[in-house]
Amino acid sequence: MTRIDAKFAQLKADGKKAFVAYVMAGDPDYGTSLEIVKGLPGAGVDIIELGLPFTDPMADGPTIQLAGQRALDGGMTLQKTLDLATAFRKTDDETPIVLMGYYNPIYNRGVDKFLVDAKAAGIDGLIVVDLPPEEDEELCIPAQAAGLNFIRLATPTTDDKRLPKVMQNTSGFVYYVSITGITGAAEAEAEDVAPDVVRIQAAGNLPVVVGFGINTPAKAEAIAGVADGAVVGSAIVSRIGKGEPVAEVLGFVKSLADGAHRA
Amino acid sequence: MADDLFNSFMNGPDEKGRFGKFGGRFVSETLMPLILELEAEYDRAKDDPSFWAEMDDLWKHYVGRPSPLYFAERLTEHLGGAKIYLKRDELNHTGAHKINNVLGQIILARRMGKTRIIAETGAGQHGVATATVCAKFGLKCVVYMGKHDVERQAPNVFRMRLLGAEVIPVTSGRGTLKDAMNDALRDWVTNVRDTFYCIGTVAGPHPYPAMVRDFQSIIGKEVRWQLAEQEGEGRLPDTVIAAIGGGSNAMGLFFPFLDDPSVRIIGVEAGGKGVDEKMQHCASLTGGRPGVLHGNRTYLLQDDDGQILEGFSISAGLDYPGIGPEHSWLHETGRAEYVSITDKEALEAFQLSCSTEGIIPALEPCHALAHVMKIAPDLPSDHIIVMNMCGRGDKDVQTVAKHLGFDMSDTEGREVG
Repeated sequence: MTRIDAKFAQLKADGKKAFVAYVMAGDPDYGTSLEIVKGLPGAGVDIIELGLPFTDPMADGPTIQLAGQRALDGGMTLQKTLDLATAFRKTDDETPIVLMGYYNPIYNRGVDKFLVDAKAAGIDGLIVVDLPPEEDEELCIPAQAAGLNFIRLATPTTDDKRLPKVMQNTSGFVYYVSITGITGAAEAEAEDVAPDVVRIQAAGNLPVVVGFGINTPAKAEAIAGVADGAVVGSAIVSRIGKGEPVAEVLGFVKSLADGAHRA
Repeated sequence: MADDLFNSFMNGPDEKGRFGKFGGRFVSETLMPLILELEAEYDRAKDDPSFWAEMDDLWKHYVGRPSPLYFAERLTEHLGGAKIYLKRDELNHTGAHKINNVLGQIILARRMGKTRIIAETGAGQHGVATATVCAKFGLKCVVYMGKHDVERQAPNVFRMRLLGAEVIPVTSGRGTLKDAMNDALRDWVTNVRDTFYCIGTVAGPHPYPAMVRDFQSIIGKEVRWQLAEQEGEGRLPDTVIAAIGGGSNAMGLFFPFLDDPSVRIIGVEAGGKGVDEKMQHCASLTGGRPGVLHGNRTYLLQDDDGQILEGFSISAGLDYPGIGPEHSWLHETGRAEYVSITDKEALEAFQLSCSTEGIIPALEPCHALAHVMKIAPDLPSDHIIVMNMCGRGDKDVQTVAKHLGFDMSDTEGREVG
């Protein structure tokens, strides 16, 4: 059982929905980023999605693109991202960390070496945007063998015929992308999302969290209400990008978490 | 080399879209159903005679194919060695090979009922070709072009707008061709129902590399029969040479000759200021290593952390940090050789083409010509080289003038003092 599985079991026992927060590792710099990540559990975050910076984030909108550039300009690397996770783990051994990014930096390091290092750094799961089920042999299957969850994205274009393929090697939870589009673009609507969440819950035995297009506590509450949890990324990252003090960023995160937890 | 059907260089890609370990389908889940739909439609079209009949008709009457295979007599004399033929794809409608592929993809888009076409462009040649064919068929066209390229290729931007396309300057990332491709993918992921992504080169997720190659292979197929017509039945080129950015014109020339072991195949990458100087070139094979970008695994310019680097070249059309996956495979198997040519050498070739043959070439094929200049003098006179003259130079006259020190605003054409 990974930290992710344990977290969902506990949330279920408490009758609570999950609140997942995304931040880019190293944004705006390593020190500030570590301070923010360390503050997330206290702000009510159940699962941390840690962005791995990449020069060519094809599924991300301007907010997260710029966060990646800030991190890279500040010298962030895959190694420093793992270092950040290691540093976080010294203070928190319970909150799951999901590393979210693109495949090339991982492929470049070497999949086997990466998995050993990621596990050692206390990473619990991976979301790799450009690895669909058709490329499962690349990283998904080795990651599961190494004891890491491989969390798949399901989208509005994932029809019933394709859904079993998407579910097949997925573990931990399923991330439902609420809109066709990039991060931080259109707004998600609970009534549009609800039928797809039911469809995905029925196709497997995994929690379904919904992300993309969630930017306020009310929206987090509405979306979490029709799913097993809600993810917020761009709305948090844009505040970091504006240079808001860490305490204010975490205050905003807490309002989102409270929203999701009201559901 | 190719002793039987199972030992051929022409069977790729496999069902996963792989050429050896290269290629594949590294895209987000949102796009995956779309590229599977495209693959299925292309498989149907490929075996449909009416699809190819429509292509042949448009290639002939709209594009002006076949393009001539031209014996470059004065160039041959000047270099004093091998016999040099130029495949004149610069004479196509819109001035480059790009339209060969665009026609195929747009006909496919129409079969799929798509009404909105998006494309990325670097120098603007693929954008102009896409805008052209969209105008012809009355389709909405959106072209993503790096901000920096919009500035340096203003005439092509105006052409696209005249043709009714919307040109979107890309400011994300570093505002270059690779960023234009990122933004096109972001558009596609947002507009999944009505939009067709018309990729300009043999890159991207499967089936694009194979599909674009198949459409461009008209170049090599014509060379086969044209050379036989001029040099005698069964005569094959001894060497075929083409310039490579993403590698579509090269793949189109090379593919029909992959299983002819007597044909030497040479791809020429943009060496910029020299491959030894860090990041001052676009030579993915000679200066990069395998990675994953834009939907496929291939050789890429990248740093130690797997972050993608910007290329550098005098030619905007070669300014891409990757290369088509089939080229990576041909490189690793050794079937094709890949070399690089510097900006300076390409400029010398530009001038030689103008003065010996009366052909003002685009800077892209000048890279191929510069390599011909290196090898032809040492080859015997019965050695036949076929080089793809894949684009004409109108778009590059300003750039060349600047590099040669001519002030275009001076009507006397005097050199800058």
